[in-house]
Amino acid sequence: MNALLIRHLYLYRRSLPRIMDVFYWPVMDILVWGFFSTYLEKTSMTGFNAVSVLLGAMIFWDLLNQSQKAVSVAFLEDIWEKNLINIFVAPVRVSEFLGATVLIGLVRIALVSVVLGGLAFLFYHFNIFVLGLYLIPFVANLLLFGWILGIFTTGIILRYGTQAQILAFGFIFIIQPFSAVFYPISALPGALQKVAFFLPSSHVFEGLRAVLLGHAFPAGPLFLASFINIAYLLLALLFFMAMFRRAKIKGLLQKLD
Amino acid sequence: MSSVIEVKNLRKEFGKAVAVDGITFSVEEGTITGLLGPNGAGKTTTIQMLLDIITPTSGEVFVLGKHLREHREEILGQINFSSPYVSLPLNLKVIENLLTFARLYGVKNPRKKIEELAKFFEITDLLPKRTVTLSTGQITRVNLTKAMLNDPKLLLLDEPTASLDPDIADKTRKLLKQIQKERGITILYTSHNMAEIEELCERIIFLQKGRIVDDGTPQELVQKYGRKDLNEVFLHIARDNTR
Repeated sequence: MNALLIRHLYLYRRSLPRIMDVFYWPVMDILVWGFFSTYLEKTSMTGFNAVSVLLGAMIFWDLLNQSQKAVSVAFLEDIWEKNLINIFVAPVRVSEFLGATVLIGLVRIALVSVVLGGLAFLFYHFNIFVLGLYLIPFVANLLLFGWILGIFTTGIILRYGTQAQILAFGFIFIIQPFSAVFYPISALPGALQKVAFFLPSSHVFEGLRAVLLGHAFPAGPLFLASFINIAYLLLALLFFMAMFRRAKIKGLLQKLD
Repeated sequence: MSSVIEVKNLRKEFGKAVAVDGITFSVEEGTITGLLGPNGAGKTTTIQMLLDIITPTSGEVFVLGKHLREHREEILGQINFSSPYVSLPLNLKVIENLLTFARLYGVKNPRKKIEELAKFFEITDLLPKRTVTLSTGQITRVNLTKAMLNDPKLLLLDEPTASLDPDIADKTRKLLKQIQKERGITILYTSHNMAEIEELCERIIFLQKGRIVDDGTPQELVQKYGRKDLNEVFLHIARDNTR
């Protein structure tokens, strides 16, 4: 038993997934629910429709999550199956490879939306479509940001191999505390509000809350989210291409698994 | 005969290690050429540079008369690759895997093509099965089927019979000879099985420590080194530390 225990300790030292299990998830949980608790403490609950605000936030967060995972998990699946080389010795461009993962993200989002929207209506009488056409810019910006994060994490996996694969599932949670998913940006400390400003997701969630609480449609913040998304998309694509070029120079494509 | 592969001063460094040290060779159309050498000689690195999976440090690669990096998609559409170390998604059915690759290679009438090749490689009854249920020999035949989908002019085979029992390995070699004879495909073949190389290859390029140390037909090399067979030639070259 001692030998096995020591082996586990050796593994923990070198395993990002294990380290994340110990530190990352608990820290993210405490940040999110800590900020949320603080927000609730300071907020008058009169007129506050907790079901629609929280459920709406949760559904949209899942859309963002699924959009990111669609890209990075699709790449990982080819690595796990040892099929990546077969793909890249075919006449496939990197843009086509990424494009296919982005499109499957759309399919995932559609399915997730139907399931979550249906369950939210069935159990809690919350109709996500109450947002009407406003859904389109909200969802489009979240989709795009999710894809951007997926492209970025895939680039990291290209750089570091499967020891970084946990990022495909966990990286998005690093932005959750600062994306004001369940509470407004004002609930964050001052310095972190500046971080939130640069996240397209925080503007989307602020806008979503505003519409669900009956305020005006936030055209300005959504335009800002779109602008930031486009800038991040260009950066993510440049980063991915640089990592892909590096992987070919270092001979890493065949060693990713 | 024209050259299907032309490699000029091809070099690949990984940090301070030199995996391929400025090699130059060509492979003629319609031939089966063996690329041999001990572990670490640079065989797989060379093949992967020919497939544009690894970027060379320097040197040039021409495939089918065209510069590989400038005509990448065009060239890759006319060649193919098979290796037991590269797999197909195991949860997909064989037909699903083959249809995917047929579409990736832009094959017209993919189902018809797959049926035709499935008959040739005797995998028709495997088509509806999930890939994970197949034996190693069956997977090899499926991989070769996939490698033939686009009627390649050049086939790069990295140890295709590794981990096959002698019976299946023999059948695989016969299939390869048949393909090559009937379709005039050029094959570049790596293997550690010298008897197999002697049986299949018309020409052998010997690599050691990233350099071409010899080049010729199996018979020429056996005679040149005064050995009994290619296996002894291999051992002599591999153990000759003065090279």
